[in-house]
Amino acid sequence: MEMEKVEILRSRIKEVKTQQVEKGDMILSSLHLAQELFENSIPLEAAEAIAEELDVKIERIYELATFYSMYSTKPRGKHLIRLCESLPCHVVEGPQIEKKLKDILKIDFGQTTRDGLFTLEQTSCLGICGVGPVMMIDGDTYGNLTVESIEGIIEKYRGDRK
Amino acid sequence: MKAMTVLFSTDSNSLLNGSRSYEETMKEWVKEYNLSKMVDVIETGTFGFYGKGVLFQVLPEDIYYLVSSIDDLEKIFNEHILKGRIVSKFLVEKEKIRPAKGMELKETRIVLRNAGLIDPENIKEYIARDGYKALYNALKMKPMDVIEMIKASGLRGRGGAGFPTGLKWEMTFKAKDSKKYVLCNADEGEPGTFKDRLILEGDPHSIIEAMAIAGYSIGADIGYIYIRGEYYNSIKKIQKAINDAKEYGLLGKNIFGSDFSFDIAIRPGAGSYVVGDETALMESLEGKAGRPRIKPPYPTDHGLYGKPTLINNVETFANVPWIILNGPDAFRRYGTEKSKGTKVFSLVGNVVNRGIVELPMGCTLRELIYGFGGGVANGRSLKMVQTGGTAGTFVKPDKLDIPVDYESIKDGISLGSGSILVIDDQNKAIDIAKKAVKFYMHESCGKCTPCREGTRDLYILLDRISKGMGKKEDIERIKTLSTEISDTSFCGLGQSINLPLVSLYDNFKDEFLELVTKIKPQNILKT
Repeated sequence: MEMEKVEILRSRIKEVKTQQVEKGDMILSSLHLAQELFENSIPLEAAEAIAEELDVKIERIYELATFYSMYSTKPRGKHLIRLCESLPCHVVEGPQIEKKLKDILKIDFGQTTRDGLFTLEQTSCLGICGVGPVMMIDGDTYGNLTVESIEGIIEKYRGDRK
Repeated sequence: MKAMTVLFSTDSNSLLNGSRSYEETMKEWVKEYNLSKMVDVIETGTFGFYGKGVLFQVLPEDIYYLVSSIDDLEKIFNEHILKGRIVSKFLVEKEKIRPAKGMELKETRIVLRNAGLIDPENIKEYIARDGYKALYNALKMKPMDVIEMIKASGLRGRGGAGFPTGLKWEMTFKAKDSKKYVLCNADEGEPGTFKDRLILEGDPHSIIEAMAIAGYSIGADIGYIYIRGEYYNSIKKIQKAINDAKEYGLLGKNIFGSDFSFDIAIRPGAGSYVVGDETALMESLEGKAGRPRIKPPYPTDHGLYGKPTLINNVETFANVPWIILNGPDAFRRYGTEKSKGTKVFSLVGNVVNRGIVELPMGCTLRELIYGFGGGVANGRSLKMVQTGGTAGTFVKPDKLDIPVDYESIKDGISLGSGSILVIDDQNKAIDIAKKAVKFYMHESCGKCTPCREGTRDLYILLDRISKGMGKKEDIERIKTLSTEISDTSFCGLGQSINLPLVSLYDNFKDEFLELVTKIKPQNILKT
């Protein structure tokens, strides 16, 4: 199964490589591709595949995967929850949302729920401050969060457990 | 046009009041009653007023209803849509929708000239509003003449630093190299700022056109848009715009039959604030960790892949086609002596109406917060305002009437990215300080010691004070330490920490002192 995914990754990188303008400018995009395939993290075999396909050293891939906050070398949950921690969300009751979210998921920031469904992270401003407090779950954004509305949102993602 | 039109506002604020589901319900009823040929239900931008509920307009009567439940909506459907009887109970006075007296002339749309008016995904609508005409005109001019126009307009960088745009173009033009690049900085990450996102999503072609004009002017055939990795929606829209422009021959080989060829590629970021720095952004684009480079050499000589590179912010670019079409003098009519044109402000925090508004440079915080923002939310009072983003200054309400522009920093108001964060009296200065420093600590790239270690020390210090375990001399240390960090840091990130911290210290010293003078028994035991 994992081997299969590595092969898919290789063929996708070959595909995006055709859009390369200068050497190196598709590395970050390739890391994003890997995360899509490997449930929000970049395992060693994926890093090796990227390094080989793009002809760069694996050390460089490791540096990138640890420097940028959207990447993780540590396995993460199926769904990635990113709660905005910037001031514009903080002053509109962000801390209450943070507390409620941790209560519902029974985890702290940087942790994954035991069923492997959710990883909770903090993020800097997401640029949707007009409707703060906000969070992102995978690619979807949720605004005007209230202590009451969070539970329903999380429940929606619990629904597709299988 | 059909006999009746119902308009629902679906801007970000209205959406979260539930306007989408009200709109869909209305559509269903219209369908159910076989009225689709008679009644149009469509989406539009903001009406500029937010009540408790969903606001919608009915034409041709030109009246506004405010409803807060589907039951209310049903009453209006049964009475007004079906029988033509106005339901006065839910009517909103028109005076409330229009901007406050004296404010209506101030909003000036140069950057946002098309946002909310055209369908951003339809290139024809952009072209219909003189889109790509500026590029056409520019290609008939000499590159240096285009640059002279930008210089004469007085346009300055809208990313925050305010460097004269025309001068930057000229320097890149004069750099001698066969390969040059145009770069659009769309790595918008300054907390409280979402103007670039709304420009990219509302009028993507204006950026493409401006980048092509820049490419022609400096002699580049390729442009990159480096955009926040989290901005999925913006990436999709701008990619579609690029594809459409290529299809129409407005990007690619021999544009408008000239010798000029230009292409644009998008590259997403991966979550790093410091990459907003121009040289760090270039490192990142090259597929490296986004740490800033030492300057000089400047990007105009030695930028992306070591080649001369022109890098501008999204909002800066959005001004360019307008200047080419309307001339530099028209642009100079707006703004102040040293800051020409307009600025797109994002109004956020504890304010009644959050959103973005474009005003001439030199408008005041009072106009922004009370004119457009409708005042402080929930009936609370204003404690402070942070201007320019997290790397901006905090000001007390006594500075609401100072004109805001690039020069207002001398009065303690930073323009920065144009974010205006309203903070009410429920917030404590210490919490705000902690949050601001935590941001710096998290976003420090680790390259230089003052920023990497200093921000951490500062956070530990503030944390101690907030827990009632601080000493009196710790308070002075907030100021000295943040000044030291900003004096010795490598790039703009660490260098800017004195702006929020020293202004907080100066404005709320008493509040900090109170935290260290109150003796709490449980803390005596701990220390």
